[in-house]
Amino acid sequence: MGNIVARMGDGDRVDMTEAEVQQDLEEGSQDAAERAKIPPLTSDEIAYLMELYRRKDRVVGVEDSKACCLSYDNQTSKIERAHIPVSKFQQLALFERCLGADTLELTHIDYSFKQVKHVVIYDKPNMEQAVLSTIAPIFYGAMPNLGLYSVPDGPVANPMDLIPADRIDEARESYAQMVEYAIADMVYVGSQLYEFGGCDGINFDTTAASGDAEFYAALKAAEILHEKYPAMGIEMGMSGEFILGMHAEIEYDGVRLAGLYPHEQVKLCEKAGVTIFGPAINIVTNQSLPWNLARSITFTKACSEASSIPVHANLGMGVGGVPLVLHPPLDALSRASKAHVEICRLDGL
Amino acid sequence: MGDPMGMHAAHAIVSGMGGMRTAGDLVARMQLNRGMRIDAAKSYVADKIGVSVPDLADSVTMAELREDLDIGVVCEAPGVAKGIDAKFNIARLLDLDINCVSMFKERVGI
Repeated sequence: MGNIVARMGDGDRVDMTEAEVQQDLEEGSQDAAERAKIPPLTSDEIAYLMELYRRKDRVVGVEDSKACCLSYDNQTSKIERAHIPVSKFQQLALFERCLGADTLELTHIDYSFKQVKHVVIYDKPNMEQAVLSTIAPIFYGAMPNLGLYSVPDGPVANPMDLIPADRIDEARESYAQMVEYAIADMVYVGSQLYEFGGCDGINFDTTAASGDAEFYAALKAAEILHEKYPAMGIEMGMSGEFILGMHAEIEYDGVRLAGLYPHEQVKLCEKAGVTIFGPAINIVTNQSLPWNLARSITFTKACSEASSIPVHANLGMGVGGVPLVLHPPLDALSRASKAHVEICRLDGL
Repeated sequence: MGDPMGMHAAHAIVSGMGGMRTAGDLVARMQLNRGMRIDAAKSYVADKIGVSVPDLADSVTMAELREDLDIGVVCEAPGVAKGIDAKFNIARLLDLDINCVSMFKERVGI
């Protein structure tokens, strides 16, 4: 048994024995299985991952028949963020015509619905022009970002000030107010970009970063938009595998949101009218990538099996078995990409 | 997050269908607007444009077919549909309402 050059969750390279990789694969999968009460990976799936780590190839890829569709978050900031001064239209063209993008996404650099509300008047004509010159389906995207509605960034008393003072009822009332503001903004922006801009769909990205109340707000916004525009595509990408119980009692369609895992989150998204769901499994930086990859695939596989809508797993920096670094190493990213798509039978990433 | 080479180019090469180099954009439309899962979406598109499912991700087959169907190609050829022109043809071929195509028709009264 030879040594394997693997990585930690923070991207650092580490030498591991085959026995250590095997142990981490099994323990990572078991961790997910115990948390979400879902089956761990089978011995065949562990063997598949083990073989992936034995290979010396720098880059691996999926079987032809399993190629899937890619969607993005904050797409029209990606090239700009690399300090290349190009416009949003040029970035859309670069993705469509140079980077093999299956979908496009027009966005505002300050990627939250609350901030976007103020520039909708500018992004509507941007979308109108973008749909004339592009061919791939195009989203408008932003984050629900519930935190922006509380002091000091918004008008509502901050629950994080109230909870430590044991003012739990007031904190829950704050969340209720923040939810109302957030729903109004998401529905307004979504309606404007779909009805007047001509986009194909709306992308709710990094959903539930502020916990269960934020997930509720996004589900309600999706539900309202789906009722208004039944043909609208709605993608909902999550921020982590577990819905934090910041409110702790809030429910959607009779289901308590706190503590839900991806295979349960997707069922509520289906009810709300979401057409593409994006589970996000966070990296644990002080564990190895084999541990993280097996853990992420275990959560994501259960989600994909439970879903009746397409699943585009989040495989970006620090989620989905991709290390928490700005320049993802190709060995790590390609293994995470291939393994998720093939084992979870994903519709996209 | 992540740099374009390490994240977006890499995923496209490792797992992506290829966008309009192939039929990735067409399959994605069926996922986004009809909620079809990948196998159903691929079968639907293959049936509508008259190719096999494996052909959908083949850049040689699809480049020729896309030019014949006038639904847009990466390396432009004179006279081939671009932008909204291509989407008119995609909507008809896939029997799918495309939001901006419907808006365009309404605006110009067709």
